[in-house]
Amino acid sequence: MQLQFTLNGKARRIDVTPNTLLVQALREQLELTGTHVGCDTAQCGACTVLRNGHAIKSCNTLALQHEGAEITTIEGLAGADGSLHPMQSAFKECHALQCGFCTPGMVLSAVDLCRQRPHASEAEIREQLEGNLCRCTGYHNIVLAVQQGQRAMLAG
Amino acid sequence: MHAFTYERASSGADAAARAAAGAKLLAGGQTLLASMKQRLSDPGRLVDLGGIGELVGIRRTGAALVIGAMTTHLAVTDSALVQSAIPALADLAAHIGDRQVRAMGTLGGSVANNDPAACYPSALLALGATVQTSGRQIAADDFFLGMFATALFEGELITAVSFPIPKRALYLKFKQPASRFALVGVFVAELDAGVRVAVTGAGNGVFRHTALEAALDREFSAGSAAAVPIASAELNSDIHASAAYRANLISVLTQRAVAQLVAQAAG
Repeated sequence: MQLQFTLNGKARRIDVTPNTLLVQALREQLELTGTHVGCDTAQCGACTVLRNGHAIKSCNTLALQHEGAEITTIEGLAGADGSLHPMQSAFKECHALQCGFCTPGMVLSAVDLCRQRPHASEAEIREQLEGNLCRCTGYHNIVLAVQQGQRAMLAG
Repeated sequence: MHAFTYERASSGADAAARAAAGAKLLAGGQTLLASMKQRLSDPGRLVDLGGIGELVGIRRTGAALVIGAMTTHLAVTDSALVQSAIPALADLAAHIGDRQVRAMGTLGGSVANNDPAACYPSALLALGATVQTSGRQIAADDFFLGMFATALFEGELITAVSFPIPKRALYLKFKQPASRFALVGVFVAELDAGVRVAVTGAGNGVFRHTALEAALDREFSAGSAAAVPIASAELNSDIHASAAYRANLISVLTQRAVAQLVAQAAG
C-alpha cells in the first residue's frame, strides 16, 4: 500500500505492506539507520522518532498509521549545514553517552520534552525520560545534557 | 506479525460497519500492535480509526466532560478544560505508560481493551461515566466485565466517554516499575450522589470498593478509610506483589488520596 508523509522536512511516497512497522520502513526501506531497534517491545525507547513534534516509539506503530504525518528522525535534527541541534551538542559536551545505542531516542525524546516543558525541573526531566532506557551511563550525564540542551533551546 | 489487510475508515459509522463485518478496530495501537508482534493477536483485517476527526476532542456539556474515543492521553493531559474541570483525570492521563505511549495511546483504546491494570477504567467507574458507542450509551457500572472483557458487542465502536464533573477527585497509583501499569491504582471521587472508590490493578478487573465508599460517605477522612478492613481473598497474587500486599496498598492509597483531598479543601 502507498504511504505519503513528510520525513525530515521532505515529502516522501513509499510502498509498504500493512504489517510494516514505522521503524522497519525507516531503517530498511529509507535506509535511515539512526533510529535503532533495542527491545522491539516498546519499552526501551531506542526507536523514538517525532511525529508531528511528539516523541513516539516507531517499533510499536505501523508505517501506514502515519499517512500525512510529519516524521523527524535523528538524521533530520541537525541543520542543513551539518551543525548539531543544541540537544545533540549538549549530549556531546556532557558525555551523555557511552555505547551510543540509546542516544538517538534519548535526544529526540529530550527535544520533545524541552519543547513541551521548557522549564522542566531535574525531577520532571527524570520522570519524563521514563520511556528511554540507557544501560551504560546510569542517566546522570544524560540528565545534565538535557538540562544544558534545555537552556540552549530556550536561549536559541 | 501475521499478515493482515489494512483499511482506513472515513467516519465512525463507516468504522462500525467494517467492524460489524469482522474487522478489528485499531485505535492508537499501543497494546494491540505489541500483541500482534508477539503473535498473541491475529486480527486478519484491521480498520484504522486514526483519521476520523469526529472521534477526537474534548468538550463540556452541562455537568460533564465529553472526550472523544480517539483523544490521546497527551491531549487529555494538556487540556486546560480537563485540568480545570476534572484535574484528577488530567493527572491520571499524564502518568499512563511513558510520554511516547501517551502521544499515541487513546482513551477509547484503553477502555475497550479493559486491561485489569489500566488506569482509565478506574476513572470511568469512580466518576460514574457513560460510554457512548456507535449504537447506545453504557453506564460504566455495566461496562467493565473483568479481565479484558467489556459489554461491547462484536463490531461495536466506542465514540466518546462522558465524565460527570465531580465535587472533588484524586487518582493515586503504585506503579509496577517495569510495565508502568498500576500494581494498584485507586480513584476516589466525591459526586453529588456520594463517594465512589474504584480500584484497578488489584483484581480480575477494575472494581468499586463499596465498604470504603460507605465509610467515606459517613466521614470523609483518612482515618475513616483506614478503619475499613480490605479483604484479599479475591485479589491478584504474582511475582510483583502478594494479594495481602495489594490489599494493604488499596487501604494506604485510599487514605493518601483522601488526606490529599481534605488538605486541598482546607488549603
